[in-house]
Amino acid sequence: MRLRYSDVTPEQFYVSRRTFMAGAAALAVVGCDAGTDATAAVPAGAPLKATPNPAYKVADAPTKLEAATTYNNFYEFGTDKEDPSRLGGTLKPRPWRVQVDGLCAKPRTFDIDEILKVAPLEERIYALRCVEAWSMIIPWIGYSLSALLKQVEPRPGAKFVEFTTLKDPEQFPAQKPSFLGFGSLDWPYTEGLRLDEAMHPLTLLTVGMYGQVLPNQNGAPVRIVIPWKYGFKSAKSIVRIRLTDTEPKTAWNKAAPQEYGFYSNVNPTVDHPRWSQATERRIGEFRRRQTLMFNGYADQVASLYTGLDLKKNY
Amino acid sequence: MSARSRVALKIAVWVVALAPLAGLLYRYWTDDLTANPIEYVTRELGDTALRLLLASLALTPLRILFGLGGLVTLRRLLGLLAFFYVCLHFAVWIVLDHFFDWHTMADDIVKRPWITVGVSALVLLVPLAATSTTGMIKRLGGVAWRRLHRLVYVAAVLGVLHYIWLAKKVLVQPWVYATVLAVLLGIRGWDATRKVLKRRRPVLARTAP
Repeated sequence: MRLRYSDVTPEQFYVSRRTFMAGAAALAVVGCDAGTDATAAVPAGAPLKATPNPAYKVADAPTKLEAATTYNNFYEFGTDKEDPSRLGGTLKPRPWRVQVDGLCAKPRTFDIDEILKVAPLEERIYALRCVEAWSMIIPWIGYSLSALLKQVEPRPGAKFVEFTTLKDPEQFPAQKPSFLGFGSLDWPYTEGLRLDEAMHPLTLLTVGMYGQVLPNQNGAPVRIVIPWKYGFKSAKSIVRIRLTDTEPKTAWNKAAPQEYGFYSNVNPTVDHPRWSQATERRIGEFRRRQTLMFNGYADQVASLYTGLDLKKNY
Repeated sequence: MSARSRVALKIAVWVVALAPLAGLLYRYWTDDLTANPIEYVTRELGDTALRLLLASLALTPLRILFGLGGLVTLRRLLGLLAFFYVCLHFAVWIVLDHFFDWHTMADDIVKRPWITVGVSALVLLVPLAATSTTGMIKRLGGVAWRRLHRLVYVAAVLGVLHYIWLAKKVLVQPWVYATVLAVLLGIRGWDATRKVLKRRRPVLARTAP
């Protein structure tokens, strides 16, 4: 049986979301300078066609669309979970280009429309585990990042991949200088993977979710999703993918190195310094669940880390 | 202050202090507690508890700085309301967050400094709430009672520390609370020093050559 989103998301949520967006648009208009067309920037949730890939699914039902689009971290918009959906209207996901360069034979800048055509779009249902011990099940749309990386032909010396999020305080209001730097990371947000992690078929270059174009608040127009790592590893609104021979500096590691390591694999046996990672709260559920090793993807990715001390390399 | 304005002030405090709880109940009723209701409720209750605790500590500085002595009559009410929210905050942690998983909670209290200090703050507030009645003040005697109730300073510092340690370092709110508390305690310290110096001055004047 294939679940449709209307099965898991009661209609009133779609409706209330629409009302909410309309309200947000109205507010945006009031709060904007004359002449700024704020309504055009509000994501319309345009449908996006993709073929479900039965190899990637989760037994649990997907999280409600309402929750997945109104509760997440995206510090470029603010530190509250509601900030991304409330303030996401300032991001302009088109036109958009992604520079893919570094240690590769054919560096290239892709237009977002080219990115959509590099490989057939698949729908994959992944578990998402936030480092803050909450989780969701999300049907993403995209294709394996490896398909894009193969286009630029990585050189043998390339060992790592660095992802860079757009830096533009006009589109990401929280990137503006703040009081004593509070609420702020070292912009632009950067993340990174080892090349073998980046080439793993699970690593998804993502352009949509829930049958729709990726909403602004979830990282439009293109992001990475790495389901066996904590959510912050999956960089959003990417403008650059760079192949390199040195381990990239990553945003949260720079902000709090003892709390957020380069690997950040989901691991119930390695606690965050301030809380246990043994359990998680699935959004929409009451009782905590046990967190699974590599977020349930151990059979597919554990071999990447053979011989690596996962306590040291948290 | 007239009895009537005192009653009006107290009613105002009740209304303002219970508004966050009413807000939570309304949001529960309208299914508007965010996608992660337990976290949201825990945070709101903790936030309100800290605000009320700081408000109860603001009354003496207001008297020192502006001579608003009448406001001190609100101190017990604000303190008890803060304690009420601390208890709700703690109850939500036990019942909704961990659902009576005593083992995990005991582990957290021992292993996580921010939980250790949070629980300590609650424990320190219990004797203060228990001895808040007029009868208890009489029974303990003013001096002993005042000495006991100085624990509120420790509880407030632990409460703010609890917030600082649980939040990500980039968040500003915990530091706002820390600053407010530092100012409130600073005013008390300044006032106490001033009084001590004043008492000494005549002695110094006499011994001066």
